[in-house]
Amino acid sequence: MDSPTPHADVAARVPDRFVPVPTLQPGHSFASITDQISSIVLKRKTSINWWIGLSLAFCLVLLMLYSISALLILGIGIWGINQPVAWGLDITNFVWWIGIGHAGTLISAILLLLKQKWRTSINRFAEAMTLFAVACAGLFPLLHVGRPYFAYWLMPYPNSMLLWPQFRSPLAWDVFAVSTYATVSFLFWFVGLIPDLATLRDRSRSIIWRKVYGTLAMGWRGSAKHWHRYETAYLLLAGLATPLVVSVHTVVSFDFATSVIPGWHTTFFPPYFVAGAIFSGFAMVLTLMIPVRKVFGLQDFVTMRHLENMAKVLLATGLIVAYAYSMEVFYAWYSTNTYEWYMIMNRMKGPYHLTYVFLIICNILTPQLLWVKRIRTTPIFLWIIAIVINIGMWLERFVIIVTSLHRDFLPSSWGMYYPTFWEWSLFIGTLGFFTFLLLLFIRFLPIISIFEMRTLLPEAEAHHEEAR
Amino acid sequence: MSKQEHLDLASFRARLEHGDENRFWRSLEELSNDEAFDEFVKKEFPHESQTLGEGVDRRDFLKLMSASLALGGLTACTRPLQQILPYVRQPEDVIPGKPLFFATAMSLAGSSAGVLVESHLNRPTRIEGNPDHPSSMGATDAFMQASILSLYDPDRSQTVRYIGDPATYGDFLGALSQVLVQLRSKGGAGLRILTESINSPTLGNQFQTLLSQYPKAVWHQYEAAGRENVLEGTRLAFGAYVNPVYQFDKADVVVSLDGDFLTQGSGHLRYARDFMGRRKVRLDKQEMNRLYVVESMLTGTGSVADHRLPMRSADVESFARALAAQLGVSGGAPPSSSQADFVAAVARDLQAHRGKSIVVAGEHQPPVVHAIAFAINGALGNAGSTVYYTDPIEESPIPQTESMRQLAHDMETGAVEALIIIGGNPVFAAPADLNFAHGLERVPFRAHLSHYYDETSALCQWHVPRTHYLEEWSDARAHDGTVSIVQPLIAPLYGGRSAHELLGVMTGEANEAYEVLRGYWRSKLQSLDFEKSWRKALNDGVVAGSTLPVKAMAAGGTLPPPTQNPGGLELVFKSDPTIFDGRFANNAWLEELPHPMTKLTWDNAALVSPRTAAKLEMGTENYNGVSPLAEISYKGRTLQIPIWVVPGHADDSVTLHFGRGRTRAGNVGTAKGFNVYAIRTSDAPSLGFGAAFGNLKETRQLACTQLHQSIDVKTLRGERDIIRVGTIEQFRRDPSVVPETEENKVRSKETFYPPFKYEGYAWGMSIDTNLCTGCGGCVIACQSENNIPVVGKDQVIIGRAMHWLRIDHYYRGRPENPESYHIPILCMHCENAPCEPVCPVEATSHSPEGINEMTYNRCVGTKYCANNCPYKVRRFNWYSYSEYDIPGRQAIIKGESFKAMRNPNVTVRSRGVMEKCSYCVQRVNAARQEAEKGDRRIRDGEVVTACQSACPGEAIVFGDINDKTSRVAARKAQPANYGLLTELNTQPRTTYLPTLKNPNPEIKAG
Amino acid sequence: MRPKYPTYGLMAEFDDVNALVGAANRCREEGYTVMDAFTPFPVEGLSEAVGFHHSKLPLIVLGGGIVGGFGGFFMQWYANVISYPLNIGGKPFNSWPAFIPITFETTVLCASFAAVLGMLALNGLPMPYHPVFHVPRFAFASRDQFFLLIESRDPKFDVDKTRDFLQSMKPIEVADVPW
Repeated sequence: MDSPTPHADVAARVPDRFVPVPTLQPGHSFASITDQISSIVLKRKTSINWWIGLSLAFCLVLLMLYSISALLILGIGIWGINQPVAWGLDITNFVWWIGIGHAGTLISAILLLLKQKWRTSINRFAEAMTLFAVACAGLFPLLHVGRPYFAYWLMPYPNSMLLWPQFRSPLAWDVFAVSTYATVSFLFWFVGLIPDLATLRDRSRSIIWRKVYGTLAMGWRGSAKHWHRYETAYLLLAGLATPLVVSVHTVVSFDFATSVIPGWHTTFFPPYFVAGAIFSGFAMVLTLMIPVRKVFGLQDFVTMRHLENMAKVLLATGLIVAYAYSMEVFYAWYSTNTYEWYMIMNRMKGPYHLTYVFLIICNILTPQLLWVKRIRTTPIFLWIIAIVINIGMWLERFVIIVTSLHRDFLPSSWGMYYPTFWEWSLFIGTLGFFTFLLLLFIRFLPIISIFEMRTLLPEAEAHHEEAR
Repeated sequence: MSKQEHLDLASFRARLEHGDENRFWRSLEELSNDEAFDEFVKKEFPHESQTLGEGVDRRDFLKLMSASLALGGLTACTRPLQQILPYVRQPEDVIPGKPLFFATAMSLAGSSAGVLVESHLNRPTRIEGNPDHPSSMGATDAFMQASILSLYDPDRSQTVRYIGDPATYGDFLGALSQVLVQLRSKGGAGLRILTESINSPTLGNQFQTLLSQYPKAVWHQYEAAGRENVLEGTRLAFGAYVNPVYQFDKADVVVSLDGDFLTQGSGHLRYARDFMGRRKVRLDKQEMNRLYVVESMLTGTGSVADHRLPMRSADVESFARALAAQLGVSGGAPPSSSQADFVAAVARDLQAHRGKSIVVAGEHQPPVVHAIAFAINGALGNAGSTVYYTDPIEESPIPQTESMRQLAHDMETGAVEALIIIGGNPVFAAPADLNFAHGLERVPFRAHLSHYYDETSALCQWHVPRTHYLEEWSDARAHDGTVSIVQPLIAPLYGGRSAHELLGVMTGEANEAYEVLRGYWRSKLQSLDFEKSWRKALNDGVVAGSTLPVKAMAAGGTLPPPTQNPGGLELVFKSDPTIFDGRFANNAWLEELPHPMTKLTWDNAALVSPRTAAKLEMGTENYNGVSPLAEISYKGRTLQIPIWVVPGHADDSVTLHFGRGRTRAGNVGTAKGFNVYAIRTSDAPSLGFGAAFGNLKETRQLACTQLHQSIDVKTLRGERDIIRVGTIEQFRRDPSVVPETEENKVRSKETFYPPFKYEGYAWGMSIDTNLCTGCGGCVIACQSENNIPVVGKDQVIIGRAMHWLRIDHYYRGRPENPESYHIPILCMHCENAPCEPVCPVEATSHSPEGINEMTYNRCVGTKYCANNCPYKVRRFNWYSYSEYDIPGRQAIIKGESFKAMRNPNVTVRSRGVMEKCSYCVQRVNAARQEAEKGDRRIRDGEVVTACQSACPGEAIVFGDINDKTSRVAARKAQPANYGLLTELNTQPRTTYLPTLKNPNPEIKAG
Repeated sequence: MRPKYPTYGLMAEFDDVNALVGAANRCREEGYTVMDAFTPFPVEGLSEAVGFHHSKLPLIVLGGGIVGGFGGFFMQWYANVISYPLNIGGKPFNSWPAFIPITFETTVLCASFAAVLGMLALNGLPMPYHPVFHVPRFAFASRDQFFLLIESRDPKFDVDKTRDFLQSMKPIEVADVPW
């Protein structure tokens, strides 16, 4: 569904309900778009709510630092992980955060390639979200190792031991995938920012900020040649980022798929994980976008059309995930493998069966509400559903990791895993860290791509006739 | 300040000149050996002397080390003052990195087994069995292995104490001599000496001397877990104390009457070796012996049994009498209807193997049962063929409980003026009804010679630290009477004294144990050249020709009438399988060694059958180690103890292991577990009736390494192919016993990649589960060899035990009387190891000889390998379990002294590092060095892993599987050879042979 | 180099895309070659109008991708086959399927860097100073105004003639861009 052409005759021929809500409310000009969006950043006084939010988030950041210090000083033993469950909340959170990170690049890259104009008002925000989510995700693999001060040994570099990383290990793949993903996402996000930074440079009335934005804009002048190369680069980046997004969660899924543990050793994990990632990513975008849109009065730019489209994506990916769950059970049954079957039974009836039940409720049943247009178009419902899905996706990772490990082949070495305060505090802490970064971003950078919004204006497109 | 004055470096240097440089010392003062100084410090600054006494805390240790280096490069280890001999060759000089082996022997409860002690730079680091010793045959049990830990235990008493305050040995001798002078005038009346069972001829001789000097003095003996019942049984049967010795290698049929002869008691290592020798079923040896066991609590022996009948220990007598009746032994009685068929079948089987069978009773069974067993053996003509009798190996055996009762009575009446307690811990271990502690305090002069300042020491005015057996000269008799010379490996670390020295002082003879010992043996060894035979005795670890002669005994005495047997709930008191009678309570290795059957660590519990648990309303299972707390009211005493359900335990029977619940054991053992002695009385030391159970509606979290799920190996989709079992019949029909499924045959081979070529050596292991009793000796052997840390109860509870080698225990069949199987699990060293490709830093990789190696220094601790190991044999250092000077949770085994104990050839792992079984690669490399020096291949049997060397059943065999002539290759060639989870295509190097049963066709299974 | 002309060039301001594009085309037809246009958003066809046709960027990105790809695989192959061959779980030294993921990632990484750095380099960014910023109203180039610049380096450039020519296209104003 391409963006609506404003030709009156078309509108006249089609009944209203089939005319999609526009991606930009009418009545805007280049100037109004520019001023309204940049004003969020440029207006002098900061709202008290922002300060409150920031300080709350900062408290959680302190909690995170506290938890990390304890971990480094006292040792990883303060966590609940053990034999046989050597991975617990740490990796659960890692996969969860990485998954969330996916929506950003997906929205900006894939939707760009698909010429989905409705992406323009949310991509910047989603990209930022990606960056921060990946930042949080990166913490966990780093901290979950027994000797974090040697974690850099996973990097290939010449060393006195003459040793290299073991490139067959999915963890080594993770290192490359995640760091590449973080880098490329940052580049993508920053390149997108350059013209808007120039705008801020020219709009800002404070000397300091003009200098800051000026430096970041690197002397962008909006010259025709710049734009030409810029668009080429942006398109190529999108083309590169798209397979990258897919690859990242594929690699993450390899952590499990390449192992021998029942419940992990499954060939269809890559698509399963990617779908899940998009699922949780979009859920997180909604969770954040709906309040932001309200607080900063951006309803004109983030219209109901956006929310509804994202809801549809949720529904679609949700169905894929549901399919994956059922396939997991089917494979276990069809394989006639004792261990696989016991694993599934143990998930459903074992000590952790509640997590599985809630997983189904959150990820399979709840999204079905989105079939109803009324719910799709009611922000508050959407918001609640999005949060439920976030929880569900966290549970999914917990179920996959813990219930597979705690009872595998030899009953003699079965065990239980109970997370400790330190694991929870680190997780809560990263949530705060994420919010903290997000608030800073909202305050100091345009959360909506101004120059792309301009192109949505009819004036911006009207030149076609003359140009040819 | 005063130190400086007394610091006499001149005399110190002088001593150095006298070639004394290896003497162990703690401070310059001590080295300058200025008695006056000692006195001075102890009198002036008791606290200071105490800290001196407390010995090496870290800072002192480092100070002293540097001082010692400064003062002429002394080593922290020590060479005993007397000359001792290495097992293998005379050391021209100690070669660093080259261990020497010395032969000695460890005594426990009146019987000993020979050991070889590995010594690095004169630092004993490890215990091996002595292959030349009849009770060891090269095998060791957990107690022997763990004794090395006790040697270095800094909680051991380190100073003489008078009423708790530090004193000197001189003070003690002074006080003692005063008392002795008085008593001597009265012919020794009022002088009492309390010891454990003594199996040291020299010490016995010293006692005779003492008693001749003090004719009215009384020598009491008490072992809480001794062989009193056996000896009383012999007196019942033969009218005199004799020592039964069994020859299981000659027995086709064995009946155990509530006995655990394979894992406990005098000579059990030898018995296990002989017995299992008859169960090595191979293509060329297709028969095995048959074992019947009737017992209350499942034991190692019971789990090996071909037919096991759970019954209350109190019912064993009637069973024995029924059996006797069937075999025409006088004093027999008809069987109870329920057992009739079984008894009849067993009897027929025995009859069919006259002279080739053994009936043996458990040490905790009353004497009469032993007497019956002897009578049956007599009737079957086993005496002389499979069983023979010798003079007792104990020096002057006595009815110990009776003697204890008498001592307690005399103390109360004030008849005891001086009580010298040598070893033992009667205040803790004596029968509760004797109220020993109360009486003890009424004794005017009481002294205690013991390893720890324990419950008894605290109630004695005088406490003298005792030397560890690795620190002293002595001798000891084995199960068949063979004598070993106990030679010290190291001078007393904490300045202890041996029993010989103490008695030497009391008798006024030589007080150097060395002299006493040589004096005694000079008189015994009728050889022209004493020095030569002495050296040979030291070298071999056995005194040639000291084995006691066989005595022809005819079962004479008629059996007493059946003891009336009140029905209902019985209490069975047994020594703890891992800390024995409590003497090992402060030994962290043994505290954490899982109970062979229940897999409980750090705790004891009241063990009951599921049905009994239900009957007592104590639940029927223990979920995740949480178990209900019961209060046992018994003979006016109460005991609070958790209930633990054991499948296969006899109904209406409660097994209580005594030894735990110490109040003065040390940093490790104090207040661990529950004190069963509190309700153990002298009139019913092993079997008691009339106990009432109250459910306190509380629970206790016990630390169990294998939770109860182990029972349900069955799943909804068929059985897990984890442990293979069969019968000898099956074996004869199809030697593969459990044939591989076609699917597995393919699955376990096919691979995308060309298989790796292993030229040269290819190390592999074969474990014959048919020979495993689950005793746990191998677990401690591995722990000792590989510097494996102890983690503590809290860590075991959350599944962080570190044992590289664990013994999985599986049940099969009805919970009332399931079959029970043990399978030792260690790293399988898979050729396609799943753990290796997932390590991102190459910390674990394969050696060209197929050993799966951990590079500890490279490990960053992602734990991915542990997740991906299907056998879950990898262990992670969640905390600094071995280092204890860095923040975080404290290590259990604390104390600088332990650093001297560690195996220098094995890295001590730091926090955050993964570890696992390495096939004792350090031993492989040691052997390789030797081989390369001789420019030859490593011979088969040259590399013996720690677990293999310990195993009395020879269940474990290690070697080069490329060498088709090797024992391991031969075992792997057996059709029944199988690997665990081979369908995962891991291609494990460790493979197994199935457990086989030899059921009596006349008896229905179950 | 400082040309003989006193100014850097002349800049005409328009308030409408069509006017700008039209003007740019006029200038090209007039024969001007060294010129540039400034807009608040990318305008299709404008770069062609100011005589700029194709960019070398795609080739640079391709190069980056190739380097990254081969480099990544080579690193792994070298490490496992040449530098330190180890028997890892019985897998061959060169287990190439296991090397694919990292190869892919390095490809994308290098290509992306090539794209961004290439774009900046070709655009001559970062550029701390540029004459056009002397024009006060140029600040609106990043908001809603459109500018056309004819540089003095253009052979056909003549201050007066060019100014008249630009005026003839009814811009909002024609500004002198000083050095």
